This record gives sequence, C-alpha cells and structure tokens, in this order.
Amino acid sequence: MIFLSNLVNGLSLGSIYAIIALGYTMVYGIAKMLNFAHGDVIMVGAYIAFCALQYWGMPPILALLAAMGLCTVLGITIEGLAYRPLRQATSLAVLITAIGMSYLLQNLAQLIWGANPKSFPPVMIQLPTLSLFGDRLKISGVTIVTILANIVIMILLTAFISRTKMGKAMRCVSEDRGAAELMGINVNRTISFTFAVGSALAAVAGILLCSAYPILMPTTGSMPGIKAFTAAVFGGIGSIPGAMIGGILLGVIEILGKAYISTELGDAIVFAVLIIVLLFRPTGLLGKPIREKV
Amino acid sequence: MSMLEINDIHVFYGAIHAIKGVSFEVKEHEIVTLIGANGAGKSTILNTIAGLLRPRSGQVLFEGKSLNGIPANKMVGLGMALCPEGRRIFQQMSVRENLEMGGYSRPAAEMAGSVEDAFKRFPRLKEREKQIAGTLSGGEQQMLAMARALMSKPKLMMLDEPSMGLAPILVEQIFDIIRELHQAGTTILLVEQNAQMALSVADRAYVLETGKISMSGEAKALLQDDNVRKAYLGS
Repeated sequence: MIFLSNLVNGLSLGSIYAIIALGYTMVYGIAKMLNFAHGDVIMVGAYIAFCALQYWGMPPILALLAAMGLCTVLGITIEGLAYRPLRQATSLAVLITAIGMSYLLQNLAQLIWGANPKSFPPVMIQLPTLSLFGDRLKISGVTIVTILANIVIMILLTAFISRTKMGKAMRCVSEDRGAAELMGINVNRTISFTFAVGSALAAVAGILLCSAYPILMPTTGSMPGIKAFTAAVFGGIGSIPGAMIGGILLGVIEILGKAYISTELGDAIVFAVLIIVLLFRPTGLLGKPIREKV
Repeated sequence: MSMLEINDIHVFYGAIHAIKGVSFEVKEHEIVTLIGANGAGKSTILNTIAGLLRPRSGQVLFEGKSLNGIPANKMVGLGMALCPEGRRIFQQMSVRENLEMGGYSRPAAEMAGSVEDAFKRFPRLKEREKQIAGTLSGGEQQMLAMARALMSKPKLMMLDEPSMGLAPILVEQIFDIIRELHQAGTTILLVEQNAQMALSVADRAYVLETGKISMSGEAKALLQDDNVRKAYLGS
C-alpha cells in the first residue's frame, strides 16, 4: 500500500514535469531552440498566482487565469525581444541568450518579490483528500487535480495539434520552415504562438507545483525546469507524447528512487536513468530517428 | 504582358556571388525553362523569386508589382507557387494534410472540394490519402509536391527539378502533367537538368552558366543549337 501511495505521488510529480516538458518540447520542435528560461516562467506564474490570491483578493480560478494570461504575455515578449532577433544566428548564441534570460527572470523576481521564500497559500486547490482501502491509501486533492490537469492538457493539446489550422501550421514549421513559408505560413507568428501556449502551460505547472510543494522563491522554477528538460529529452525532444511519457516516468522514478534506494540520491538516479536511456536510444524513447528518403 | 520580370538580380550566399546580374521574363500563359548544369544557380533564382532568399540588388516584379521586401509567406497569396527542389513535402503528415497545407493561404470556405479536385488529377494520391507522406515512393512524393503547390490555385507555378531522381516512365508522367497544367491556363517557370525534356515542353528557354544567362531563345531553336546540344543534350 505504501508502494501504491509512492506511485501516486510519483504520477503527480511526473504530471507536473510533463506539463513543463511540453513547453520545452514544443518550443524545441518548432523554433529548434532550447528555451532555458522556461523553468523560470513557471516561477513567475506561481508568483503571479500568489499575488492574485494574497494581495489582490482574487478567487482561485481568476488567479489561475491571471497567471496564465500574464505568462502568455511574458512568453511572447521573451521570444520577440530576445530570440527573434537571433533567428539566423548560431544555435549556441540562442542557447546562451536563453540562459541569460533565465538569470534575468530570477533576478527580476528577486527584485520584485524579494529573496525570502514565500509560502504559497493552500486555498488554490481545496479538495478533500480521497481515502481508499479503508484509509490505507490517501490521495490528496492536489494530487488528483494535478493528474487530471495533466490528462486534460494532453488531450486538448493533441487535438489542437492534429486538428486545427494553427496546430497543423506548427507541425509544418517544425518539419521544414522554408516549405512552411511557401505554403503561406507566417513562421514568426507560429513560433510566437508556440511560446504563448508553452508559457500558459508553465503558469499552470507553477501553480500545481507550488500547491504540492508550497515554498515559493525566485529559484523555485530552475530545478523542476531542468528535470522537465531532462524529461523532454528522455521522451524524445520535439515529441509531445514523448514529453508526457518522459515526464511521468521521471516523476515516478524520482519518487520510487527516493523511497526505496536513497533520499539523497533521488536526483542522481533520475539522471543516471536518462544517461542509460540515451546510450541505447540517442533520440529518446519516442524520438524520431533521423531518416531521409531520396 | 509579362507576368514575371527579373531585373538584374544579384544574389549572394555569404561571400559567394551566386547570381551575377540575371534578367529574364515570363509572359502570361508561357512555359519558360531555365536550364543549366548543377550549381549554375537555377534553384537560387527560384528561391529568390519565392522570397526564401533576398537579392542584394535588382528587382523581381510579379504582375508589374515589385516583390522587394515582401516576406516569403505572402508570395503564395499573390498567386505564385513554388514546388521546391527535393520536393520538401511534409514527411510526417498524411497525404491529405499535405494537400490541405497547400491551400493554407486560401479561405476555408473556398477550400471545400479542392482536395477532391486534386485527387481527380492525381488518382494515385487518392489511394494513399491517409498514408504518411514520408512512406510514399519518389514519384508519388513528386506528384504530392506538385499537387500541394497547385492547391493555392497559382497563376504562376514554379517547378524546381521535378524530374530529379525519377524513373524515365515517371518523368514522362510528370511532364504530361506540366503540359496539362499549361493547357488549363497556368503560367509555368520550369527549372530542369533534364534539358531535353524541358526544351521539348517549353515555349522559351534561358541557359544559365555560373550565375549568368549565357543564351536564350525559343525552346525549339535551342533544341537544335549546336552549343546547347553539345553542352546539355549530350550529342
């Protein structure tokens, strides 16, 4: 029963990683860049929700929408100001810029909200704890919401990518930017939109993360960001189902590793598994092998 | 009236001067072909017209309007389509989706039935409708690339090496399709290494040599020209 409880916690943590990983993988797939500032957008989203609840007196649903809306604007702004001018630059220049952007966001957050940790209000998700098997397995409301949110996001995003015009345009840009332009697709607008979606999801992830682990500070997003990036690579960067599977596996491995092997080595186990997977499948679990037909 | 007019364009790849002052025109309802060896700059010219590359100087006029500064994604809306070298179909998407993307620039209401029309012209694609495009044979991929470009109902269709890598029987088929398109009223700018086929289908031709036009004229006349025959037709 303890195993089951650990498994559920792993699924919940993995769901958060998966939602963050979606942002990494979509941006990588479409803009062909690693947006290392993505983890920090999560932190900004959590701070916005914190302010909305604590200072602006908004109900939870409005706090969620405010965080999503402002993060969307933030994502579009970051892309437009920092990454778009580098569209023709080497990928290394873009990578360094992304790392710089990450530190900029952390330091701005410290300037605005201070370095002291804030405790995230528990009012965000108020659901009763679910008791199963005569109280032997307890699942908190936050855990349930997190797992459900992940499932809903996955279904909506998959439908969006496969059915809508914008979703199809995203797939075209991901595959061949030049050919996409020949079809009449505005590549800049598509990339901007991708950042918007990724950043709105980051806000959701930030709120879920801080509801489960209610300590909020300017560096809150960085470790989950790196883990989610790992999850995206693990699942096959560029692949949406890959990000989902990678995120969930990573969360489960982390929690089970901490529970049964060593608490201290939890993170090391996660990264060791990543290295082993990449040795055997360099493109990740669901990554596309590079092939071309002549 | 000339549909497309190229005035003294110079195109660079970094420091490499790839196109050194090329001028030519394509009149309405013509088939014009650019022939020349590998690396002469044929694809560079088409990519420049389509806006994927920018000329450092010179002008491209489409229906009398300068295309300078117009982004590549707006070109298709003006009525030109490029079927690019190497086909560049969307390998991970289905045949139907590829066709739908070809009509991306047109309003959804106008698109009704367009995919079915494409299937009428290319029945082989109908059989492959749901198949992922990357799994098609080379000839089918070329047909898909052409069908996709046609989805935008272009006035000017530019084709870059449509016969490349195809078996002779398929090359014949591709050229039959080009003739059909022309008869249906589409103006065509064709870039080919297969000079024999290109000259036999075209009205006029330009011969490109290392970034410059070395010869031009009626396609029939060039087909008989000794220099052209020696250099490009192997006889």
